[in-house]
Amino acid sequence: MKKIFAFFLFTLIFFTNSNTSFSIEPDVFIQSTVNRAANTLSGDFSKDERIEKLKQIAKETVDITGIGYYSLGSHRKSLSKEQLSTYKKAFEEYFLKSFSSRLAEYSNPEIKVISKNKLNKNYTIILSKLVATDSRPEVKIEWRVYTKNPENLLIRDLIIEGLSLARTQKEEFSSIINSNDGKIEALLKNLSDFSAK
Amino acid sequence: MKKILTILVLSFFVFANSFAGSDGELNLSKKSKSVKDCFEPINRITFSVNMGLDKVIFKPVAKGYRVLPSPVRAGVSNVLDNLTTLVTIPNNVLQGELGKAGVNTGRFAINTTIGVLGIFDVAEAIGFPEYEKEDYGQTLGTYGIGPGCYLVLPVIGPSTVRDTAGSFINIMGGDPWYNASVNGNNEYLSDSSYAASRVMSGIDFRAKNIDSFENLEKNSMDFYASVKSLYLQDRQMKISNTKAVIETMDDSDWEEIETN
Repeated sequence: MKKIFAFFLFTLIFFTNSNTSFSIEPDVFIQSTVNRAANTLSGDFSKDERIEKLKQIAKETVDITGIGYYSLGSHRKSLSKEQLSTYKKAFEEYFLKSFSSRLAEYSNPEIKVISKNKLNKNYTIILSKLVATDSRPEVKIEWRVYTKNPENLLIRDLIIEGLSLARTQKEEFSSIINSNDGKIEALLKNLSDFSAK
Repeated sequence: MKKILTILVLSFFVFANSFAGSDGELNLSKKSKSVKDCFEPINRITFSVNMGLDKVIFKPVAKGYRVLPSPVRAGVSNVLDNLTTLVTIPNNVLQGELGKAGVNTGRFAINTTIGVLGIFDVAEAIGFPEYEKEDYGQTLGTYGIGPGCYLVLPVIGPSTVRDTAGSFINIMGGDPWYNASVNGNNEYLSDSSYAASRVMSGIDFRAKNIDSFENLEKNSMDFYASVKSLYLQDRQMKISNTKAVIETMDDSDWEEIETN
């Protein structure tokens, strides 16, 4: 009886703990993500292997769908379900290619998390710095982390020296759509052309 | 006569802008308004020409400059930064930042003397706060004057009507380095000293950003739009006199997006 009770108690504690153990602080999440990326970049991999590993990290840690919707801005509301679904797929391919290609150029980047600033229950900004090398000055990088689900933190934006990549992308997409008479097809073509490069 | 004409043109730019960019709301509010690209077709042509010049002249020169030893480049960069302090100080005053004006005056005095004409950033080494450049475009922005239309200037690159008007103030007496070299009556400085400093600033900037520019160009579908966005974000941040991204970005677009 004592054994059964001990087992029951152990099981209860284990599951209670296992529930909370998946919830990590946003700063720890960012530090572990950049460490994973740094290990990939400095590891002994071929370029293709490195790109695949970076894509996997992005799929697990970045809210690609959220960034895609944000990048569409007000145009998102005028799309049909079908168009939105096509866009979502095209954007993911574009994003992963662009993300891995941007990062693959860096070798052994050292990023240190400095502080965090909780904006509200949905967002925390993590401040970090890319440590300077002989050929590159120190770079301040902020990460917008979507914290709505504490067990599944996701990166939504990278702000480099105060310049938001998501906002830049949103304005770029808007420019493409607007210069093509507001047609989303032009953006979809650009996205697939980019992914096919 | 030339000066009067310049003042008239400048006043027109500034006052036209104070209405063009503001519809009753101050520009420093968190909700960023999009800057109109009134001259987009011309801007895109100028941008292409600039990109051509960059490929043929500026990028190769910047790459060559990067071959110089790092201490030499740091020294050049320090001298150029030290010269910009002369524009930053009056702008600190015009923005009511008298404390910063005092600090920057001290920085300039120390770096010009002990730092051998600004080659060594002694002020930073002895604990002065990080240097933040200010210009007349930023000051006009802090006065609530809107950016007006986006402009791409030949060779110089991205700007706005307000920032271009701000640059005119430099050559109308707002930049002591310009006054001393171009208008000054001395045997050591001339027009070419000023021109050389401007060209070197361009090369220094380009050399520092070679990798990031290349990366951006390679990963952009509309490079013109990306450069425009980055320039305008940078100006907005500088005018707000903040480094905190949350103060310069509007969160409302993010708030609507729920994915988990």
